[in-house]
Formats: sequence, C-alpha cells, structure tokens
Amino acid sequence: MTPPVWAGTRSPVPVTEASTGAMGAPAGAASAETARQFKRYSRRGKLKTRVMTKSNAALTATLVAFGALTVYTMLTINYGKVALFDAFVQMLKNLMVMFFQPGLAGHFTAFDVFEGVLITVALSVLTTFIGAAIAFVLGLLASANLSNRVLANAIKAVMSVFRAVPTILWVLVFTVALGLGAGAAVVGLLFHSIAYLVKAYSECFEEVDAGVLDALRACGASWWHVVFKAVVPEKISQMLSWTFIRFEINFTNAIAIGAIAGAGGIGYQLFLAGSFYFSFREVGLIVYCCLAVAVVLEVIATKLRKRYILHS
Amino acid sequence: MDKRFFLKRSLAIGGVFVLLVAVNAVSAGFVGFNPLKVLADIPGGIVWMAQNFMPSVAAFEKIDTILISLGKTVLLSVASSCIAAVFAYLCAVIGSREAGLGGPFPLIIRGIASVFRNIPVVAWAFILMFSFKQSEFTGFLALFLGTFGYLTRCFLESIDEVAGGSVEALRATGAGFAPIVTQAIIPMSITAVVSWTLYMIETNIRDATLIGILTGAGIGALFDVYYKSFRYDLAALVILCIVVAVIACEAISNYVRRQII
Repeated sequence: MTPPVWAGTRSPVPVTEASTGAMGAPAGAASAETARQFKRYSRRGKLKTRVMTKSNAALTATLVAFGALTVYTMLTINYGKVALFDAFVQMLKNLMVMFFQPGLAGHFTAFDVFEGVLITVALSVLTTFIGAAIAFVLGLLASANLSNRVLANAIKAVMSVFRAVPTILWVLVFTVALGLGAGAAVVGLLFHSIAYLVKAYSECFEEVDAGVLDALRACGASWWHVVFKAVVPEKISQMLSWTFIRFEINFTNAIAIGAIAGAGGIGYQLFLAGSFYFSFREVGLIVYCCLAVAVVLEVIATKLRKRYILHS
Repeated sequence: MDKRFFLKRSLAIGGVFVLLVAVNAVSAGFVGFNPLKVLADIPGGIVWMAQNFMPSVAAFEKIDTILISLGKTVLLSVASSCIAAVFAYLCAVIGSREAGLGGPFPLIIRGIASVFRNIPVVAWAFILMFSFKQSEFTGFLALFLGTFGYLTRCFLESIDEVAGGSVEALRATGAGFAPIVTQAIIPMSITAVVSWTLYMIETNIRDATLIGILTGAGIGALFDVYYKSFRYDLAALVILCIVVAVIACEAISNYVRRQII
C-alpha cells in the first residue's frame, strides 16, 4: 500500500490514521482509500472540514446550473414596453387600493360574488369526489403489491402523461369536444385530479407491509378483503390528507378555468373585473373571497388531521 | 366492547358516504352538471378528438416556433422558481421556530407566506397586468409571487424538521445567529431546498402555460392563438411538446435528487 500524501507531515491525526492503514487493518485501508479518493486532507496536511464527495459535487453542479439558467433567463427575458420602476410604483398603489379598499363598484352585486364563490366551490367538490372515487380503483390497480406488474406500470405511464398536460388545456380541449359548460369544466378538471390522486394513492398503497398482505392471503382472503381489511384501514388518514390537498388545488384550478375557459364562478368575475372593467376594488374583493375560502379549507384540514391522529 | 360496535361503524361509514353523495348531488344541480349526459357525450367527444385534435404532418412545419416558445416557458419557470427559492429561504430562516430570530417573526412570516400562497396565481396575473401589461416579465412576476408563498411554507417545515438538535448544540457552544445559519441550517436543509425547488420547477411549467394564456407570452399564448384560430392539429402538437417537456423535466429532477442525497 502506497503511503498517502500526508504521511510524515506535521499534523498528528493523519499520521496515526496512515499508520493504522499501513498495518493492514481492512477498516483503516478502506478509510485511507476513501480519504485519498475525496482528498480529505489539504496538501499541507490539514484536515479539511468540507469534502467534495460525489453528492456534494452533484449538489454544487445543480446549484451552479440553477444560477446560470436564472441569470441567462433574466438577461434575455422580454420586459415589455413599460418603464419598470414606474410600473412597480403603480402596482404598489393598485395593491393598496385592492387590499385596503375592497368593495363593489357597480358591476356585480354582493349576491353575484357569493354565487360565484359557491359555483367554484361546487365545481371543486364535484371534481374532488368523483376524482377520488375513480382514482381509488385505479390506484389499487396501479400499486405493484396489489395488482400485476404490467398493468400497474401501464396505468402509471398513462397517468404521468395525463398529469403532464396542464389542467387548463384539458378543459379547453373538452370545451371543444363537449361544448361550453359545466360538463367540460368538470371532465377537464377530473383528468388532472385523477392522475394526481392515482399517483398519491398508489404510492401510499405500496408502502403497506408485505407481511400483512401475505398473512391475509394465506388465510384465503379475497382481493377485496385484502383491500378493505388491510390496505384501506392502514392508509385512510394519508388518503384523506392527499384528497384534501387535491381539494385545495382543485379550488385554485376552478378559479383559473373560470377566468380562461369561461366556465363560470368567481374566476369568471375575476376575469371581468380584471380585464374588462379594470376595477381594482372588485378584484380586491374577489381576492379576499378566495383567501377566505382557502383559510376555511385550511382550518378544516387541520381539524380533520388532528381528529384522525387522535383516533388512530 | 360494545356488541353493536360493527353495526355502529357500518352505519357511520354509510352515513358519511350518503352525506358526501348528497353534497355532490346538490353541487351538480347548482352548477348544472349532468353526469349521465356527460357520460353519454364522452365517447362522441373522444372520437371527435381522435379525428381533429391530432398533430398532422403539416403541423410539424411549425415545430421550431413551438420549441422556441416552449424553451422560453421552461426557462421562465426555472428562473422564477430559483429566485423565489432564494427569497423564500431568507424568509424561512428568519421565521423558523427552531432557529430563527424568534419574537414576532415566526408569526409574521407564516402570515405572509399564507397570504401569498392562497392568492391564486391567476389573480396575481390580473393584478400585475394592470401595471406591467402583457409581457414575459409579468408572467415571471406572477409565477414568482405564487411560488414564493408555497416555498416559504415548505422551507419553514424542512428547516424545523432537520435543524433542531444541531442548532441547540451550536447554541450551547455560544454561537450567534450567523454561524448557526451557515454551519447548521444551510448544510442540513440544502438537499430539501433543492428537492422542493425542482418540484416547483415542474409545477411552474404547467402554471406558466396557464399564465402565458393571460400574459400573451410563451407556450400558453401560442396554444391560445392556435386554439382560437381553430388550428387544432397545431394545438395538439403544442400539448404533445408540453407533455414531453414536463416528463423530461420530471426524469431529470428525479435523477438529480438521487445524485444529491
């Protein structure tokens, strides 16, 4: 074994390590090997506090790549024709109006806004519930421990394609195919919901202990028995939590499709207030409505989670 | 144990299920969604899509235009995620319960993060378009603001998760705020930060499409132009390109995640 570069220098720690290595103890040899590989000691024999391991190198490379791409983008991006500083000042002024003087400006009544919020919530309830029901079945079929491998991989591949298409594009596509209305909105939102929940559910299901499944199967339990006596009871709180996260996402998406695909709800009113009436106060009011719904959802989610953790 | 335990449980589960179905029926009636009609319409719709919403050979002539705006959109989402990550990390370090400055900061930062996170990105786009008009920069700002709120919350949680013990140890040696941040918090949370940023880049590519439709920039705007001029073959090609880009991005970030851990 060749002596490491630090042998015989002044630092005492490397010398002892080198000597154990020289005695042929496997652990010592291995540590000398890794030490040389990652250059744990500087040329002057000092112990380095930071070592360039493989993962550190990858991390640095990733950060450098992020930095380079960001700088390049910010240099080449199209800033439009407005004077940026003036625009910032104007934006702050608008934001002040929006957040401190929200209110109606004569284009909508309070009832319209309330109805809009209800429509958007109803859309997200529908898509979450129907999506969760379909995704539960598909999620079972897509988990490797409950289904056969070919089917599971096929479903996962299809779902990742569905997930890659932005929700708004699904809605626009179905608007052409099914005609404008709630039907297209629900079906379009469903695609993304299902794909997201199948991934979440199947990853949950795959975590179930294989021993439990084997034990039930050895007793002669049918597939549905295995599902409802082992998989679901163990994973119900995680499933609930994922479904609720999706509900929040669906609410945001429902606003977006209202604004762009004209599917109605608070999003459509946001679009009108923002692009037609240029009414800051109404945009402010609508944003506050969205915030209120989001806060209520978050409170419910926290309560549910606490209740479930206490029970199980 | 109560003899009727199983009966009670079945009744409770059944009750919850009936309640959920009832809520859905009311919602469906309210928005005018008729599941039977939609079910009947879907096969026809899919046949129509298979005939019309398919990239044709002629559509491939425009592939370079599509790829250029797709590239711009991807870059936009990378830049907005990274810059938002920097700001979010600063906020998260200050507002962390375990390691931050303490006092009112945790509450204030959490409040700010929650407001930014819950304002829909579409609303940001409209608010910004008042002053910045239609441009790529507007899309960048909208993505940045939405991402900032989300990442601040994620970072707060990851810092509190990893930092506890080592921060206490450093504090016991008499280290101040700056050494604690540079020697404990950053080294311990950096992988989680990169992982979350990668996740946000994936999400932002999809959101950038949505924002692009409004701000008239990038792949979203291109889709909108083709869609509104009934060039469904081109629109389908745009969707295909987005799918490939998003899946490639997912694969790259999974690879990077495996390398840095």
